[in-house]
Amino acid sequence: MALIRLGQNDRMSNEEAPAPPRETFRDALSVALTVGAYGVAFGAAGVSAGFSVLQTCLFSLFAFTGASQFAAVGVVASGGTALSAIAVATMLSTRNTLYGIQMAPRLRVKGLRRVAAAHITIDESTGVALTQTPRGARAVRRGFWLTGAGCFLFWNIFTLLGAIGAKALGNPATWGLDAAVPAAFLGLLWPRLTDNYLRAVAVSSMVFALLVTPWLPAGLPIIASVLVAFVFGWRER
Amino acid sequence: MSASTSWIVLLATCMLCFAIKLVGYYIPEAWLAHPRLQRINALVPISLLGALVIAEGLVDKTRIVLDHRLAGLAVALGLLFARAPFPVVVVGATVTSALVYHFH
Repeated sequence: MALIRLGQNDRMSNEEAPAPPRETFRDALSVALTVGAYGVAFGAAGVSAGFSVLQTCLFSLFAFTGASQFAAVGVVASGGTALSAIAVATMLSTRNTLYGIQMAPRLRVKGLRRVAAAHITIDESTGVALTQTPRGARAVRRGFWLTGAGCFLFWNIFTLLGAIGAKALGNPATWGLDAAVPAAFLGLLWPRLTDNYLRAVAVSSMVFALLVTPWLPAGLPIIASVLVAFVFGWRER
Repeated sequence: MSASTSWIVLLATCMLCFAIKLVGYYIPEAWLAHPRLQRINALVPISLLGALVIAEGLVDKTRIVLDHRLAGLAVALGLLFARAPFPVVVVGATVTSALVYHFH
């Protein structure tokens, strides 16, 4: 989901905000269920990469940011070092910082609630929350908590199912599971390519990764592809 | 992959991904308001996901390899063009790849 920027005047105080409508619940639950179901693919990817069922489930419980989880296990599976796996996963999750910056003034949470809010700050919770803005500040908060908690619940249940399933199946290549990971990345990339400029960034990054692959240790071409984002993002479009 | 490697990747990824989320709740909005930083940050996931498609679909260690995974990826691409939902895309790629692996 794309990062949505809103101005100061979109933020209403608690008192003047109407109660969240039913649509907020519907939006949150439909997103949580759909996204949660992707957890099957991660569960399978984790086990195929050589992680245990327990480790795969711990990723979903404590990292809880889909693309980064896929990246961590994917880089390990393709022979990259632990360091590149960690670096790629961390860089992929930096967008969550920007989401946190946007959610902090809207949630105004402290202590343990802040820790919980941070943990469920992902594409989906932020996206649903910010699209509730016309429905008032309470709907924004309700959308965030419901979507985040729902995604967390379903993502973890489906991770466990996928991990157990893949464990039972055995050799990943026999069942095509080694193609599930790149297909999942393509599926995560696709909805972000909303115009030709972004498509050009994606294609350039792919070509760049292909070109440097023979010259760099496994895993590094992914990290190096951030250069393409710098080159494109340096100037205004 | 050794047992210690898998735990290192797991623990470090979990801690760093959480820390990066938490940072957003502590730093002022103005710090990341620079337009150039915003532009680059918005493009980083696209570059990384694009490179990950290549690394996971066409590469074995440091060699470019065209195998059953590419067939799966091609089907995934077709399904995405046909606006198929995410699980269908992943399952389509998986089944295709398995078939090519067995019958090639």
